[in-house]
Amino acid sequence: MTAPPGLCFSGRVLAGAVEILAPVELRVPAGQWTCLLGASGVGKSTLLQCFAGLGDGLVLDGTAGATDGRALAGRVAMMAQADLLMPWLSVRENVMLGARLRGVRGDKGRAVELLRRVGLEALAERRPSALSGGQRQRAALARTLYEDRPVVLLDEPFSALDVATRARMQELAAEVLRGRTVLHVTHDPAEAARLGERVFVLTDQGLSEVATDEGQPMPRPPDDGETLAVTGRLTRLLLDAA
Amino acid sequence: MRWVWALLPLGFGLALWQAAVMVLQVPHFILPGPARVAGALWENRALLAENAVVTVTEVLVGLALGAVLGWATAIGLALSPPARRLVRPLLVFSQAVPVFALAPIFTLWFGYGMGSKVAMALLIIYFPVTSAFFDALVSTPPAWLQQARVMGAGPVRVMWHVRIPAALPGLLSGLRLAAVYAPIGAIIGEWVGASRGLGYLMLLANGRAKIDLMFATVIVVAVLTLALHRVVDALANRLEAGRRG
Repeated sequence: MTAPPGLCFSGRVLAGAVEILAPVELRVPAGQWTCLLGASGVGKSTLLQCFAGLGDGLVLDGTAGATDGRALAGRVAMMAQADLLMPWLSVRENVMLGARLRGVRGDKGRAVELLRRVGLEALAERRPSALSGGQRQRAALARTLYEDRPVVLLDEPFSALDVATRARMQELAAEVLRGRTVLHVTHDPAEAARLGERVFVLTDQGLSEVATDEGQPMPRPPDDGETLAVTGRLTRLLLDAA
Repeated sequence: MRWVWALLPLGFGLALWQAAVMVLQVPHFILPGPARVAGALWENRALLAENAVVTVTEVLVGLALGAVLGWATAIGLALSPPARRLVRPLLVFSQAVPVFALAPIFTLWFGYGMGSKVAMALLIIYFPVTSAFFDALVSTPPAWLQQARVMGAGPVRVMWHVRIPAALPGLLSGLRLAAVYAPIGAIIGEWVGASRGLGYLMLLANGRAKIDLMFATVIVVAVLTLALHRVVDALANRLEAGRRG
């Protein structure tokens, strides 16, 4: 992995004549975990996708790129709420999907090692249909790690999991993605308070940064007093904006 | 016990048929009873088998060529939007032309032998195969495509590793339809001009007032079509099960 760049975004996103992300400016610091918190439909996923390549019909009116000025293509990995595992491939083959798609030889040993790291080595040769929701997300995390990209985009990857599974996944992700530039879109204030080294809140009024408990390294305990206070402040902000 | 339930409708159908013959007093040269047809089946077994081989060969070759051509077309259209705009209207138009009308032309072009029948079978399945697979190919979940793009895949590898496996159910549903349509194409081809095959045998029997042989031939065609459908369906189910894991 090369040294992670920061990310910068400035502009708005249009679908035809409709503005689906109002003009906004965001700077994501290099090598840190940045959370982008917001209500559904405010355009936070769209903003994230500007760094990954927008879907058909969406146009970015502005710029989205790396702070080192080089292109982002090939330096980004993405993990979404849907695990996007291919049902016809085994878990290990899914982890190595990127190699298959780039037409290069996959590193089986590394895939197995990553599956061990997320606690799935026993299920490596099973199909995704044999896995629980939490296990599938861990497989998706292993696939993201296999890509070994300096920038990782997370689009609500834990929102479909139950509370305990989510908390464990947050800790695992925080551990294995440390040192990369992470942009994590979420609608869960508690998640942002636990994981964010920087936390931005996106509302209809625009983007604002909220101070986090910088003294405490992430992942912070979910029942820590200061973490709970930050959760409260973030919730209040979202409430006032709605 | 399951086979009893499977055979029951068959027995009911035969009984209905026999009852119709007896009650309506239809002469046997108009509607022969099941017993007569069974007799004709047995007496002409060699003749039927010989012609069945011809028709089955035409159907299988037409099915294989039509499927491969249909799949290739679907992939080409899915890869290239300009090709889509250019070719799709033609495909739809080709469906508006009745296949019956084309049979004499195919006999003219591809001759009196197997070629024209294979062409008919191919033509009749080409559209359903193409359109079922194409529709499946263009409905890959967008999130999968975005993931593949982020991973650095080109359009051909995305097609091969994501879109085609994801579209397998569409490919198989087209193939299942084709298995039922292909025999129709071959038979039409044989009606228009042939010296061998079950379609030819039907016309021959009709012309010689051997109505029981004609019915026997129809039954052979139906049984062969059902068998082909069963084989393709079993194959498709296996492939689908393998895909799901």
